[in-house]
Amino acid sequence: MRMVIVAGTPGSGKTAVLVHALRSLNERNLKSSVVKIDCLYTDDDQKFAKIGVPTRIGLSMDMCPDHYAIYNLEDMISWAQENESDFLVVETAGLCHRCAPFTMNSLGVCVIDATSGPNTPLKVGPFLSTSDIAVITKGDMISQAEREIFRERILEVNPNCKIIEANGLSGQGCIELAEEMLLSEDVSLDEEKLRHSAPLAVCTLCVGETKVNKKYHRGILRRIDGFQSYQGE
Amino acid sequence: MIEDITIVGGYDKNGDKEPVEEITIKKGEIFGVVGPTGSGKSSLIGDIEQLAQEDTFSKRKILVNGEEPTYEDRTNPRKKMVAQLSQNMNFLADMSVGDFLNLHAKCRGASQVCVNKVVNLANTLTGEPIKQEHDLTILSGGQSRALMVADVAIISDSPIVLIDEIENAGIRKHDALEVLAGHGKIVMVVTHDPVLALMTDKRIVMKKGGMQQVVSTTPEEKALSQKLNKIDEVMLSLRDQVRNGEVIGNIKMEDFGIQ
Ligand SMILES: Nc1nc2c(ncn2[C@@H]2O[C@H](COP(=O)(O)OP(=O)(O)OP(=O)(O)O)[C@@H](O)[C@H]2O)c(=O)[nH]1
Ligand SMILES: Nc1ncnc2c1ncn2[C@@H]1O[C@H](COP(=O)(O)OP(=O)(O)O)[C@@H](O)[C@H]1O
Ligand SMILES: [Mg+2]
Ligand SMILES: [Mg+2]
Ligand SMILES: [Zn+2]
Ligand SMILES: [Zn+2]
Repeated sequence: MRMVIVAGTPGSGKTAVLVHALRSLNERNLKSSVVKIDCLYTDDDQKFAKIGVPTRIGLSMDMCPDHYAIYNLEDMISWAQENESDFLVVETAGLCHRCAPFTMNSLGVCVIDATSGPNTPLKVGPFLSTSDIAVITKGDMISQAEREIFRERILEVNPNCKIIEANGLSGQGCIELAEEMLLSEDVSLDEEKLRHSAPLAVCTLCVGETKVNKKYHRGILRRIDGFQSYQGE
Repeated sequence: MIEDITIVGGYDKNGDKEPVEEITIKKGEIFGVVGPTGSGKSSLIGDIEQLAQEDTFSKRKILVNGEEPTYEDRTNPRKKMVAQLSQNMNFLADMSVGDFLNLHAKCRGASQVCVNKVVNLANTLTGEPIKQEHDLTILSGGQSRALMVADVAIISDSPIVLIDEIENAGIRKHDALEVLAGHGKIVMVVTHDPVLALMTDKRIVMKKGGMQQVVSTTPEEKALSQKLNKIDEVMLSLRDQVRNGEVIGNIKMEDFGIQ
């Protein structure tokens, strides 16, 4: 099974770009199954249903969507196999800017909205810096100059990625993404590893503490001045 | 060096072959693209922007100097041959005009001296002066468009320039087109505006997503374009006067260059 993991901030155009790319693969008799991981709500399944691609939804609720996606990859692959698909495509919400759901041998795609300002590439973290492909959407709304600055910023964060400028509305550039998907290889999960280790975390807030006062907090604690300590056993 | 580009026709929205099978545009030529809304003007421009190789829904093919561009030519952003300007483009970056142009000049490997030149040129295209210390995001539509045109002319300096419906922007569009076409570029302009359409050398007429025919601009049309430009100048100066709170006196037909 070839696995394509697509991450990007909400509304960046992941589904729009994928709909065009998967339709073009469909025309070449290559089938895909899509899993959309979101936190609270999504109607992406309806958009994929329109082009006849089987879609499953996973809502991570109060959990980091990337952690949730990674834990469920095996099941997703078996489901895509049952569908006799050539590709498993995972679209994730990418809300957690510290995690990245890409595995070593999957095709890691980051979709990033050009209208979000030229500092965005510096802010989004590992889902851009560890991706194979950065798809820039909504370039139709900004000037060429701003697009070029945006592109340079992406290359500063991830000098090795391939950049595709796509338009989710017209489908421009989406066939290029399909071409890259064709070049990806089969993944077996037995020994598969993540590209980016999950973040340093685990404090009592993570497991349900709601009190704000400092004295209740345990675990790895970091002050705003950068001083870090461990409280607890 | 790019001497010319060729558009090899594909299929229209009904899947029928386009009537125009092939058309070549040479360096220094300005082509118009005209046709009703939804007739495929922006899509044609889009095909050229991505140097389509029968891989878009129109199945058109774009040749550069009579040959297929390499994959590298098509996808390496640093070799980008095409600059594009369209009506729904805005500046969204949160910085000053000066900082932004400096950053763009740096990206393009252009000299910082360009920045002054861009601002000066932009100011010849709009009635509302732009200053380097202005925030990009507060610029008016006319100022933004003028700055984009000047940036494309001086910093981007791509050999192919595509313009999609910039007519309602409140800039001296005739001058803007001259500035862009000036440096021996290949220019294509999508427009409903006779001032621009008649200024071109030829115009491609679009219908149902296909290139229907190519019309050459007649000498009469070129002369008419000059007159229309005068009308345009008068409109722009009236616009400035109204904006500045002036009371407008009468205008004479001579002001329009029409006898
Ligand atoms: N102008 C413009 N709009 C776009 C482009 N790509 C996507 N959009 C619009 O952006 C909105 C969000 O697109 P989606 O594809 O739903 O975004 P998403 O990343 O899948 O969003 P979530 O799944 O909710 O996180 C839609 O209204 C799209 O039509 C583009 O290239 N240009
Ligand atoms: N050759 C074509 N084949 C199929 N669809 C097309 C073709 N040309 C245009 N279209 C579709 O027609 C619609 C309108 O095209 P567009 O280029 O936006 O028109 P215009 O700019 O003239 O208003 C778009 O949705 C586009 O995808
Ligand atoms: Mg989506
Ligand atoms: Mg259009
Ligand atoms: Zn996380
Ligand atoms: Zn925590």
